[in-house]
Amino acid sequence: MSVAETTGGPSLKIVGGRILDGQGGERANTALLVRDGKIAALGDAASQASADETLNADGCIITPGFIDLNCNLREPGNGQKGNIASETRAAAHGGFTTVCASPETSPVNDSGAVTHLIRDVAATRSPIHVLPVGAVTRGLEGELLSDMAGLAAAGCVAVGNGARGVRNARILRRCMAYAQTFGLTVMFSPENQALAADGYAHDGLVTSRLGLLGIPEVAETTAVMEMILLAEETGARLHLSQLSCARSVEMLAEARRRGIAVTADVAMHQLLFTEEALAGFDSRFHVRPPLRGERDRKALIAGVREGVIDAIVSQHLPHDSAAKQAPLAATEPGLSTIESVLSLGLELVELNELSLSELVRALTAGPASVLGREARVAEGDVADLCLFDPEQHWTPNHTTLVSVGRHAPVTGRELPGVVRMTLAGGKVAWKQPAG
Amino acid sequence: MTANDPSPNHLQLTRDGQLRHFLTLDGLDRELLTDILDTADSFIEVGERTIKKVPLLRGRTVVNLFFESSTRTRSTFELAAKRLSADVLNLDISTSATSKGESLSDTLLNLEAMASDMFVVRHSQSGAPHFIAESVTPGVAIINAGDGRHAHPTQAMLDMLTIRQHKGRFEGLKVAIVGDVLHSRVARSQIRALNVLGVDEVRVIAPGTLLPKDVESLGCTVEYDMARGMKDLDVVIMLRLQKERMEGALLPSEREFYRLYGLNQDKLALAQPDCIVMHPGPINRGVEIESAVADGPQSVILNQVTNGIAVRMAVMSMAMGGQVSERQQKQMKGAQA
Repeated sequence: MSVAETTGGPSLKIVGGRILDGQGGERANTALLVRDGKIAALGDAASQASADETLNADGCIITPGFIDLNCNLREPGNGQKGNIASETRAAAHGGFTTVCASPETSPVNDSGAVTHLIRDVAATRSPIHVLPVGAVTRGLEGELLSDMAGLAAAGCVAVGNGARGVRNARILRRCMAYAQTFGLTVMFSPENQALAADGYAHDGLVTSRLGLLGIPEVAETTAVMEMILLAEETGARLHLSQLSCARSVEMLAEARRRGIAVTADVAMHQLLFTEEALAGFDSRFHVRPPLRGERDRKALIAGVREGVIDAIVSQHLPHDSAAKQAPLAATEPGLSTIESVLSLGLELVELNELSLSELVRALTAGPASVLGREARVAEGDVADLCLFDPEQHWTPNHTTLVSVGRHAPVTGRELPGVVRMTLAGGKVAWKQPAG
Repeated sequence: MTANDPSPNHLQLTRDGQLRHFLTLDGLDRELLTDILDTADSFIEVGERTIKKVPLLRGRTVVNLFFESSTRTRSTFELAAKRLSADVLNLDISTSATSKGESLSDTLLNLEAMASDMFVVRHSQSGAPHFIAESVTPGVAIINAGDGRHAHPTQAMLDMLTIRQHKGRFEGLKVAIVGDVLHSRVARSQIRALNVLGVDEVRVIAPGTLLPKDVESLGCTVEYDMARGMKDLDVVIMLRLQKERMEGALLPSEREFYRLYGLNQDKLALAQPDCIVMHPGPINRGVEIESAVADGPQSVILNQVTNGIAVRMAVMSMAMGGQVSERQQKQMKGAQA
């Protein structure tokens, strides 16, 4: 039985705190009652109700559980880098109640059988909801269409090509047209493979100075434009994953003005860091798409503020130590991020670059709408909730991180925001240890 | 915004500003570069003695770790270490451990277990010496002998020594670097050194396909036309053009490159009459430079080679001095505690 289907368990009353519903609504929380996996009552009715357990949430913020559109759980395969149990526990630690599992597994999630396997393991070992994303092409090789009907029937919520590109526009067009047949959203990380070539860093000032192999902006922007035009032509519902360039945001906004069904997300680390993070050859910041310039960072934040970019994702990609213990070019891209997304977001709030409600929207209602769902704190809804203390601090390091991957973007730095409790389907998925 | 200190100096300088490793010229000031040149100057006469040795690194073990083959650079490092009386081990890693699948970290652990004091590292990947410097036990010095497209700091310093010998100064000089700047670790280090030492102008002369993005940000001006670029020059540094650059649509042909950017006597005549001609070697005659210029009176190419030994002796002795003093400081702190 998956978390989504669970009900019951002891009732819980949360008293105090402030509720942000992810859609701009805000209220002081006199009380919130969770019973039978749902939000049974809010306000006075909850105050007066009795419960098995009462939690004092003074000083805390209560939001819908965070939803991650891009998370690598590393299972099946790659056990040394993580598995469904470890990485969903890490997600719960970060306040997430739902994660979309990338199809980049081994074997690739390109068949109903693999999807079923992921769902079965998640049902018994994950404390949160796991929504598989199927591979849009067989083996993610960008050549042959996958069995999308089978993937949809097995429970995939979308199809995509992970971080890998699709070789040419003709195949891309067919992927979109076929996915559209089944009403499946296609999630693509836009990158022109020929222009990206062997690059691993933003083609800019730092790359020039350090002699790194660059990925130019046009590797992304030409792909964004191509995908938008193909989505317009095929009628597919397109989701652009992990944008990194200012021009991409402009093109996205323009496409939306023209009424094309396109949504997008950005990884949290793209909002905090720039190419300068690589100036000391720090392999933690070897990510794909690469961290770009300050102008891009600002435009991505503006995109989130204005709602042009729907969601902030973790792009969680845990690694074992060996993957990052090499000269920069020889390391594997990716960071273990899911536990620090909220804290990095709160740093943006402290810097006045995002408001708290914009941050919460991009972690809850925004990604929910991409999946055609809702994320609210309302009576009768499934109790997927995150309760965090913005004033409390923590330091990501080997002892505090739950993920198998320990290469967090800001290891060793004190960060604001501690998740005190994550409830998924009314059950405690994470609770801050006492003391 | 960065999570850590991106400056290389936390790694390559001791707290009192001495050289601990020599990885890049980024972040090093004019005083330190001048110190390296002065020290190198003092080592030149060692090479002119009958017994070409000083005892500065006696009892120390220097390992030449070349992950990429290079006869010339390795030989000069080997000679420099031997003239400092060090024991030298040459390891051609490209054909040994790592080709058997061993990781760089494991290779280093094994070499450290042999009680090495200094690694001279040449690697095809930018930043590899930084990674090694961060990984090794404190007390082991790392000298960058060229990493990817990033830096070749000893080559740049021997070029600076050669310029100072022939021009007597850096102020007021106009210097051009010609050719494949995009792939050149030497050019990046040269541009940095020339700027820190105070030349008037650094020009790069190359077609657009052989220039890094926003190359001006490195501290140079760009000239696509060789005739215009040669005007008023005091120093012209030619870069080596690898033949494989002709493929992959970077250049149409060797012949066209030579016609447009190859240095011949006619083009050299456009510069100052006492303009010196430099080249890090090995030279491709008839591709970057014509023989009459390479062997001509304005060429200082062989001086560069001689100076390479003195500069490497200077850097090795200074880095070892920094390592020793850092270790002594730690020991003193330990004793006080």
